[in-house]
Amino acid sequence: MRRIRDMMRSRAGELLREGTVNRVLGWKNGEFYYDPNPAVFETEESLDGLVYNGFSAAMLSKYLIDATKKEGRILVFLKPCDTYSFNHLLREHKVNRENTYVIGVGCDGMLDIEKLRTLGVKGIKSLDENGDDLVAHTLYGDKTLARRDILLEKCLSCKGSEHKVYDELAVVDDPWQWDTLDRFAKVGELEGMTPDERFAFWRGELSRCIRCNACRNACPVCSCLKCVFDNPRSGVQAKSNADSFEENMFHIIRAFHVAGRCTDCGECSRVCPQNIPLHLLNRKFIKDINAFYGEYQAGADVEGKSPLTEYKTGDVEPSVVYERGGA
Amino acid sequence: MPINEKGGAFNPLIVAFCCNWRSYAGADLAGSSRLNYPVNVKVIRVPCSCRVNPLFILRAFQRGADGVIMCGCHPGDCHYTSGNYFARRRTALLFSMLDFLGIEKGRTRVEWVSAAEGAKFANTMNQFAETISALGECKRLEDIRCVESEI
Amino acid sequence: MMLKLSKDKIGELFQKLASSRTLYLPIDNNGQVNFGQWTPDAVVRLDQLKTVKSAKDFFFPQTENIVAFKRQGKDISIIENRDQNEPFVVFGVRGCDARSLDILDKVFLCDPVDSFYKARRENGVIVSMACAEPEETCFCGVFGIDAAEPQGDVTIRIIGDNLYWDGKTEKGKALGESVKDLLVQATGQDLEIIKKQDERSREILSMLPLGDLSLDGFEESALLEKFNSPLWKELSQACVGCGTCTYVCPTCQCYDIQDFDTGHGIQRFRCWDSCMYSDFTLMAHGNSRKSQMERFRQRFMHKLIYYPANNDGVYSCVGCGRCVAKCPISMNIAKVIRALGVSVSV
Repeated sequence: MRRIRDMMRSRAGELLREGTVNRVLGWKNGEFYYDPNPAVFETEESLDGLVYNGFSAAMLSKYLIDATKKEGRILVFLKPCDTYSFNHLLREHKVNRENTYVIGVGCDGMLDIEKLRTLGVKGIKSLDENGDDLVAHTLYGDKTLARRDILLEKCLSCKGSEHKVYDELAVVDDPWQWDTLDRFAKVGELEGMTPDERFAFWRGELSRCIRCNACRNACPVCSCLKCVFDNPRSGVQAKSNADSFEENMFHIIRAFHVAGRCTDCGECSRVCPQNIPLHLLNRKFIKDINAFYGEYQAGADVEGKSPLTEYKTGDVEPSVVYERGGA
Repeated sequence: MPINEKGGAFNPLIVAFCCNWRSYAGADLAGSSRLNYPVNVKVIRVPCSCRVNPLFILRAFQRGADGVIMCGCHPGDCHYTSGNYFARRRTALLFSMLDFLGIEKGRTRVEWVSAAEGAKFANTMNQFAETISALGECKRLEDIRCVESEI
Repeated sequence: MMLKLSKDKIGELFQKLASSRTLYLPIDNNGQVNFGQWTPDAVVRLDQLKTVKSAKDFFFPQTENIVAFKRQGKDISIIENRDQNEPFVVFGVRGCDARSLDILDKVFLCDPVDSFYKARRENGVIVSMACAEPEETCFCGVFGIDAAEPQGDVTIRIIGDNLYWDGKTEKGKALGESVKDLLVQATGQDLEIIKKQDERSREILSMLPLGDLSLDGFEESALLEKFNSPLWKELSQACVGCGTCTYVCPTCQCYDIQDFDTGHGIQRFRCWDSCMYSDFTLMAHGNSRKSQMERFRQRFMHKLIYYPANNDGVYSCVGCGRCVAKCPISMNIAKVIRALGVSVSV
């Protein structure tokens, strides 16, 4: 990924210099190796701070909603899965394509700092990415971890290395590759449980929710100007989980509002401070949509309609839910 | 809003969202034909089944409903041409999600009831009330503040 | 007086503590550790350095009932239904969280006193725990906190096979009295072990990467200069406006009061608020801070300038590093201090 970073820096510099773009949206280095934050670079000199590594997971597509309303063209770096979200925002006319210059960047899978911590790595001073391994230099000595073990949940079922939209690519011929898992496996496992077990599972997970709204705010397709949960007159308390109903309601509605639009980017679960597997709710909708209305991948195309904005006269009846098998 | 009359039999509270053009008229016909259906079915008239926001259904459960049923025009008969087709997709997905979260799936239902089907309306409600009675009070999607407290 | 207990008897200690009051300690729930009520089958995780949420929940809960109203005919009755307060112990509080209560005290116990908070403070006993292996996100030393010997009613250290119990306040000594059957006097050799461990911990604490953060320039006289700094725009542009930093923060103290219509009455409750939210301090005319940049600035100006200006220079941050670890886009107070601290021009 260092090679890709160097390509990114030099191309961004050229594009700024020749005036093709007036800003660059990328990731800026932080205090530690694992905490780059999204940032806008306006000068060639500032590009020294541009980084791209296994911790550049924060998706940049959503920032374009605001950024492309501004004067001039902005260069943005999109990983393969980020391009789906970008496409979906294009379809909904939320971003201005003409004001955007997309460089598709290759991705070796993004890493999860929480998994590192769970594996007992603490006091990280710096990290080195080396092929299959990641070496952590810590206050308590060095530790080597297999990259496969610390991949982000979303990357375990990667949608592939193809960029769905780009103006140019910054990729390498020999990216790091890994075996991907079936993304619906866990959903299927839950479907196989009894309702009581499912209820207990979700209570255990959702009871941890602190209503920080990170899942909503980080979601690239949660792009309403004013969210129903931010409206003090809506009667839905946005800031607190007064009881289990509010936890359930918030998460059902959050997932429902992006049903048919969710690209399965997994940002909701990545940003959750309590590590709630929120992507399972979204994947349940995706799985149902695929089964009821035909295979659909949001963000694969710019044209066409999403499943909840169209219909067929022969669609399944809602009774399918209680007629199909299972407990 | 006591659902479970203290010491008495369990009377499920059922919320029925009915579209203005057909199902509400069907309920009306059931009434004027003197057909019996449970008094605890609370009919909420909506312009079209498509108007039913998923939030409405959750809010009904929050406020103590034990079952929620949505009635609209038969597919192909929508007063607004296609509203019920959209509603059909939404409710299928929402009900499936409630099932996924472990909420008993008999608590939600969709029926297409025309203005001429007073008998179907009454039958549907009777059957649905039976199903809900068998399931008992809805505990998994209730808001304790609305149901249990005196306030 | 230093007391000790063999580590394998720790279950008995919890049992005993929980017999007379509610005991809260770090508990594992599907891999996430938070303070929760102890039960015999709870998975206690005293080894976890940082719980996701801080210990402030027990003194200033995320949601709490204040009062209720009920209307009958033309009468409105007011019903006092605040949550019951019972004696409790929070066990295993780290130095940063223990200090954070001082900061909350200055807000809630000044005139007019917040009676909800005060009751909980009086009922609660803090058993703090020394840190032996801090993480890179820790920077409590910047705020003068000694994580090797945290404040609290009782301070415990877990070294080797022993738990050392150091009752510090009247409350703490009384708590020690209630479990005295389990505790024995520490020997001179034990004190040597403790001293060594404290020294080792302090050595690691001095090596933390964020330990060199400098608060020079964050003072009242620099208020306008900091407020008008062009850097806020740059720092805030990545902020997604979620409330993670505020909700995991042990010192954030803003709350909202809302009415919930239960269908047969009104329940008034208060809940944590976040300055990152669009409806924070919403008034009839709208929101006084319209952009995320203004909201972002408010959070850090409050912690680093406004609060110390009103409270004898005490910063409203304890360097626990939760926001550093949890921010979805890795923007945090450490980056803000670095960016704004050095630019001070006097």
